[in-house]
Amino acid sequence: MSSEIFLGVARGIPLTLAVTVAAFVFGAVLGLPLCAMRVSKFASLRFVALGYVVLFRSIPPLLLVFVFYFGLGSGYIPMSAFQGVVLGLGLIAAANMSEIYRGALSAIHAGQWEAATALALPVRSAYLDVIAPQLLRVSLPSTAGYAVGLLKESAIASTIGIADITFNAGYIARMTYQGLPVFAIAAFFYIMISLPIAALARATDKKLRARLAL
Amino acid sequence: MSELLGFWIASLPQLLGGLVVSLKVTGVSLVIGIPLGLLLALGVQSKTRLVNLVSLLIVEVGRGAPALVVLQFAYFGLPSAGLTLTAFAAAVFALAWNTGAYTSEIIRAGLESVPYGEIEASSAMGMLRSDTLRFVIIPQGLRVAAPPLLGFATQILQATSLCFAIALPELTSNAYMIGTTSFRYMEILTLAGILYAAICIPATLAVGVLEQRLGKHAL
Repeated sequence: MSSEIFLGVARGIPLTLAVTVAAFVFGAVLGLPLCAMRVSKFASLRFVALGYVVLFRSIPPLLLVFVFYFGLGSGYIPMSAFQGVVLGLGLIAAANMSEIYRGALSAIHAGQWEAATALALPVRSAYLDVIAPQLLRVSLPSTAGYAVGLLKESAIASTIGIADITFNAGYIARMTYQGLPVFAIAAFFYIMISLPIAALARATDKKLRARLAL
Repeated sequence: MSELLGFWIASLPQLLGGLVVSLKVTGVSLVIGIPLGLLLALGVQSKTRLVNLVSLLIVEVGRGAPALVVLQFAYFGLPSAGLTLTAFAAAVFALAWNTGAYTSEIIRAGLESVPYGEIEASSAMGMLRSDTLRFVIIPQGLRVAAPPLLGFATQILQATSLCFAIALPELTSNAYMIGTTSFRYMEILTLAGILYAAICIPATLAVGVLEQRLGKHAL
């Protein structure tokens, strides 16, 4: 019986991972131009980016997912539950990732910019070859921390019927009336998935930090 | 446009009723959770093994498990252990646990920011350890922790939306309910979003101001 519960909840792992990864990639990519706008020399771009970050950090993820899935999805732009949750969580992830990038940007030594200028590197090359590789390295620990947070946030997908860990746990709890062990197992899975992410981040962080000019 | 405003005005009382429930859950969770966070912060540093282990377990599970799972654990799970909670009590149970686990880290960082020289000075003056904690470390540590704690409070207000899953009539649940009867999801969910933002945006800006003010006095 208990192994059935265990396997039943485990069946949700792939969708939990899919939602997390998709929302993370969405946010990590969209966060880059957002960060560039945030530190732009044009006040209007800075203002728009700041507005985006403050707004998307002030709306509950669950509500935003509902806005897309039920709101936009009902009549305006039809979308699947998966698309709705990835869009909602992804847009919030972009706001948070842009702040992580911005923090990392300020940690990169000013001498790196000066050296790039002194070597007469084109701006594009200075960004892509000098700043960007270091940016990714510096931001890795916070990024990994945020990815773990996103993993837990992905549980929201269960509220719009995506059969992830939490959804399966809820289903089995209703079937067996054994909510206590079922949800404890669900929590166990989330913790077990987040441990390797944190460990991997620590290991790669050490390696990458050695290749950082500070 | 005026049609939309009419719909919003007609739905506003029900949404505001939901917002009051959200704020109540947030308030009670913080009132229980932040002192719990202080206890956990002290417990994690404790030299007594049992206290240390129990504190670590509470913190790690509270931070490692999604709030939505803890919430359903409390509401759908605890009854099978003979403890039936109302939706409100289950919400407070889950969010206070969440608050305690996260704020313990914030408070610990605050307590550790108190310079070691002050602790040495206290012991040189013959102060008891408990008095040092009460009069020297905690007042200064909590001041440092204040801005991130306020920031965390907005996170908890947002987390109350998860109570949709246990049918607590808070802001998101009420908005969804109006949506199902009127089929005007977009309009009503947008209004709910505006209400959340109306509280969280000023609070976020206040955190920034608070940080700057405290930064002036530090060092």
